[in-house]
Amino acid sequence: MTIRGTIWKFGNDVDTDVIIPARYLNTSDPEELARHCMEDADPAFVGKVKPGDILLAGKNFGCGSSREHAPVAIKGARVGLVIAESFARIFYRNAFNIGLPILESAEAAAQIGEGDDVEVDIETGVIVDHTTGKRYQATAIPPFMRELLAAGGLVPYVRRQRQQAAG
Amino acid sequence: MPMTISEKILAAHCDRTHVTPGELIEARLDFVFANDITGPMAFRVFKEAGGERVFDPQRVAMIPDHFVPNKDIASAIQAKELREFALAQQLPHYFEVGRMGIEHVLLPEQGLVLPGDVIIGADSHTCTYGALGAFATGVGSTDLGAALVTGKTWFRVPESIRFVYRGEPGAWIGGKDLILYTIGRIGVDGARYKAMEFTGPLIEHLPMSDRFTMSNMAIEAGAKVGIIAPDAVTEAYVRGRAKRAYTFHRSDEDAAYEAVHEWDLSGLEPQVACPHLPENVKGVSELREIRIDQSVIGSCTNGRLEDLRVAASILKGRKVAPHVRCIVIPGTPEVCRRALDEGLYQVFMDAEAVISTPTCGPCLGGYMGILAAGERAVSTTNRNFVGRMGHAESEVYLASPAVAAASAVAGRIAHPDEI
Repeated sequence: MTIRGTIWKFGNDVDTDVIIPARYLNTSDPEELARHCMEDADPAFVGKVKPGDILLAGKNFGCGSSREHAPVAIKGARVGLVIAESFARIFYRNAFNIGLPILESAEAAAQIGEGDDVEVDIETGVIVDHTTGKRYQATAIPPFMRELLAAGGLVPYVRRQRQQAAG
Repeated sequence: MPMTISEKILAAHCDRTHVTPGELIEARLDFVFANDITGPMAFRVFKEAGGERVFDPQRVAMIPDHFVPNKDIASAIQAKELREFALAQQLPHYFEVGRMGIEHVLLPEQGLVLPGDVIIGADSHTCTYGALGAFATGVGSTDLGAALVTGKTWFRVPESIRFVYRGEPGAWIGGKDLILYTIGRIGVDGARYKAMEFTGPLIEHLPMSDRFTMSNMAIEAGAKVGIIAPDAVTEAYVRGRAKRAYTFHRSDEDAAYEAVHEWDLSGLEPQVACPHLPENVKGVSELREIRIDQSVIGSCTNGRLEDLRVAASILKGRKVAPHVRCIVIPGTPEVCRRALDEGLYQVFMDAEAVISTPTCGPCLGGYMGILAAGERAVSTTNRNFVGRMGHAESEVYLASPAVAAASAVAGRIAHPDEI
């Protein structure tokens, strides 16, 4: 799968309270959560981001709470992909579980600029910055996470395992 | 083959003689739970994954603690979903308002989470139970929903980092100061994906309440777990509470660690994490000019009876500064009852602090003490991110109950000795 979009750049340690403030956690509706995505970092973000655009951040993206509402809000805002130098542990699991593509690349996180036109092949992890002409290779997705993605997320994976056990 | 305590617990839950950091395992779960924020999302996953009955009703808890007593209509709907799921699944460990406490204070107190367990909860501060010598970690709603069906989940076995605390720190120093100091040293991603293991003479002398505080904030350094080897202190706490059998594990002398940090904390003063990251840690004496509007004493980090006793010892015979709201939030009904019996409510009321029902409330900017733009709080909670306790232009300083109580009286950040 290939994703091409505009880069929205954020810094290090973007926490889940910034991704979706807890004052909006009285619902789990993706549309409603998406309306407040990244609100405390950039109140205008939701109005500016276009479907398929790419979030780019530094280290430890998604630190803090276990709220799955965070990747749900990003996906609900039609963001196509998050690239970061590194991800916090629970956010990393949650993103795979709900089918939000994420890739790790320290070089891409450091060098790609806000507003750049970037194309990413999710399978190979190749990131191409069409604005600068530079290419980056993201860290390979661990085999088990690939299996999860291939199954379509954790829910179909568990359903299939149960069917196999019963069959 | 030598193993750390974390590796031993995981090996015992996947029927292996040993496990190695980096490998993926599927572990049996001893206890699984969610709250009013994360539960409803997990129930949808439970149904989609083909769930009809939870894997074992005795090993599941549902705790409406975040926005309950319901703060608004939307929260009431979420709490109702939690209640209805618990009823439909006939879960014995559902805690209605009146019996409900903050999950990470409540579950250990009720003897439902125990040494040697593997536990997941749909809340990041599930790592609190590491203080009991359990492998406990937070997950999202999808992992939780799937685990409700299967009673299992997958883990990447984490590398362990050992922390050794020595020395004679100053007065008023407790678990909160030790963990803030640690996060200040290693940073908010200093233990990302790792198991933190807290050891050394200072830990051996630490009461359970302070141990819970330390393990609670392991996630604030990015860790998967923050574990403490169980000992006589653990045994004294667990005995009489445990609802199941439990197992004590210890790391082997020659177990492998990714890193070892050994710190002499002699002379350490109370620690405060400044906005807007828990790693922005300073000694309290550097912050004496910081005027505050609110002081919050409570939460899964510091809402235990021992925390309230420390706060009361400072507030006794004094008044909260006229421009400050001091909000005390006992963690569970049991904490409320004992605080009342010991006369702590009287102390807080005489000091003109207000006492809330148990709730996560203001910690995550839910209700019961939200900050306006430009306002500043000292809080015994665990996070001080932008907008965490209210407006994006408000500020939270994280500190111990002693510093929060002293600051409430002084009207600015204060060392308890100043009062």
